[in-house]
Amino acid sequence: MTSRKTVLVLGGSSDIGRAAARAFAKAGYNVGLAGRDAAALEPDAADLRARYNIEASTLKFDVLDTASFDGFVAGLPSLPDVVISIVGLLGVQQDAESDLAHATTIMRSNYEGPSLILGLFAEKFLTRGNGTVVGVSSVAGDRGRASNYVYGSAKAGFSAFLSGLRARCSRGGVHVVTVKPGFVRTRMTEGMKLIGPLTVDAPVVGDAILGAVERKTDVVYVSGIWRLVMLIIKTLPEAIFKKLKF
Amino acid sequence: MTLVSGWGRFPVVDSEVLRPRSFEAVGEAVVAGSVARGNGRAYGDAAIGAARTIGMTGFDRISSFDPATGRIRLEAGVLLADLIDTFGPRGFLPFVVPGTRFVTVGGAIAADVHGKNHHGEGGFGRYVDSILLRTGQGETIEVSRDRNSDAFFATVGGMGLTGVILEATMRLRPVETGWIRERVVSASDLDAAMRALDAGDSATYSVAWIDCVARGRDLGRSLIYLGEHARIDELAEGADRFPVGRNPGLAVPIDLPSMTLNRYSIRAFNELYYRMGARRAGSDHVVSLYPYFFPLDSIADWNRIYGRRGFLQHQCVIPEQRARGVIGEILERVSKRGDASFLAVLKKLGHGDGLMSFPLPGYTLALDFPVKGDILNFLDEIDSLVVAAGGRLYLAKDARQSRATFEAGYGALSRFNAIRKSLDPACNIRSKLSQRLFDEV
Repeated sequence: MTSRKTVLVLGGSSDIGRAAARAFAKAGYNVGLAGRDAAALEPDAADLRARYNIEASTLKFDVLDTASFDGFVAGLPSLPDVVISIVGLLGVQQDAESDLAHATTIMRSNYEGPSLILGLFAEKFLTRGNGTVVGVSSVAGDRGRASNYVYGSAKAGFSAFLSGLRARCSRGGVHVVTVKPGFVRTRMTEGMKLIGPLTVDAPVVGDAILGAVERKTDVVYVSGIWRLVMLIIKTLPEAIFKKLKF
Repeated sequence: MTLVSGWGRFPVVDSEVLRPRSFEAVGEAVVAGSVARGNGRAYGDAAIGAARTIGMTGFDRISSFDPATGRIRLEAGVLLADLIDTFGPRGFLPFVVPGTRFVTVGGAIAADVHGKNHHGEGGFGRYVDSILLRTGQGETIEVSRDRNSDAFFATVGGMGLTGVILEATMRLRPVETGWIRERVVSASDLDAAMRALDAGDSATYSVAWIDCVARGRDLGRSLIYLGEHARIDELAEGADRFPVGRNPGLAVPIDLPSMTLNRYSIRAFNELYYRMGARRAGSDHVVSLYPYFFPLDSIADWNRIYGRRGFLQHQCVIPEQRARGVIGEILERVSKRGDASFLAVLKKLGHGDGLMSFPLPGYTLALDFPVKGDILNFLDEIDSLVVAAGGRLYLAKDARQSRATFEAGYGALSRFNAIRKSLDPACNIRSKLSQRLFDEV
């Protein structure tokens, strides 16, 4: 059992977090699930143990409590082989436009916290000489849109952080993956109008993350069509883009 | 409100749909007129709440599994497909699977689904040891054969009307491989088909596919599929112990115009199907469990074949003594009509386990009909034959039977209703089906 690789999933209670944990456990990894309420993660840890006969543990982790990060990493029983941040908060754009506290929470949940914690793990991995860091960002970070630019800008910052981190780590044996899922049917998107052909289920994202780690992919658009969609959106001239309602 | 329908896409009705994320939230979601829904594979209106439908597929965790005994504790929203994919490679399969693997454990218990082994091994509920139930009056209780046994036997086959099934403990079957050793027997008419099924009583799995457009001397001509779990030493050299289950690749992208299925296309298809099967008859061969148990799962959204207006499945069971005559009569009327399903399914059933379980010792016949013309009247006529023979219709497939047909078929109804009343005095748990068939309002 000691020869198994380990994966740490930050944001383990989210639908994508559960799916990623299952994909890695199925591939034989031992899993650590981290979230604000560690006790609430126990049924998911039990699920992984029962399904895949691996070891699964739960940990308390709050992405907004950046002061706790050093202690969190130092307190781990062992440094994982792979760390995945799935933490994020969509929030409500309209509220964020006037409510600074809400806007701050969205920015910190999607950029500050995930970047700092993954940066910290990357340092440890570089010292050890190996490891994989995975950040789940968003296609929303590829260009700010009127309908969700607070969330999108934070994801843009996170994507840029991961991109820089990747460039720096590539010479030290540490791999950094950026995942851009596009539309996923999850709790976060429940009730939203999603475009069928552009939408995937959480297990597809979980498998894509595992595949990216194993194949050492740098940037993954989970559904390939998003790369094209975002290419078009990114190349629209600003003069036209600002008149579009989306 | 949302428009909701079952797998047959008839009827389409209004119901609020909620997807709670915790068992507490399930409790809060139960209001007057609620029922749980699994993966929506019930054909008619069984899994649509009178006012509110509670989607359970998010509850898909397995809490424990004991590889020594095959005992498993799991949430109600786990799909059988997930169980098979996860535990098949570890040497365990569900004891009972219906014709699709895309049903939830909760739904399989609620309908006490049967498989091709009911004649010998019983239904899904037989392998369920206990159930965690959220009743309509807001209690969460564990029911089993020893504890709250009335509620247990009412919940197995109770169509979700005793409460919301949250979790279950059940047993999985140890298997050496994920392959089935199959033998095909061809039968030139209904008598031969029923004799072949009788002769197959000792087989673990048996089912007959009837060509239901064949007439006259060919009436009831069929292929009987007998099956056993293959042992490792029966696999071909180099075969994997467990085959890969592919997700449905080929999908039916649109509703086909109702023209597609006509008596000529069906007749041609069936001729081919029968001849190809008959050619394989006699010798044993080993097939993957997926096509053996779930032939239609390889075509996603196959329910769209019947067009936008949907289809009705008519599945009855006729007690053994009357079966030959009645099933012959039904097939004759169906073949005269000429717009039935390509294939009918005939198989033997044993005793049901739950109070309201569909099976009884006899033969069950399942037929599909597109919704059009005077089909409802025609099926009422068929129902009168079923009632006269002491038979009944399967509630998981039903969308249209009359209350009289239902009451004639299900003798345990008053006892079931008494148990339901004790669990849920205000009768909060109600589906469109229960409104149609059970509730005196």
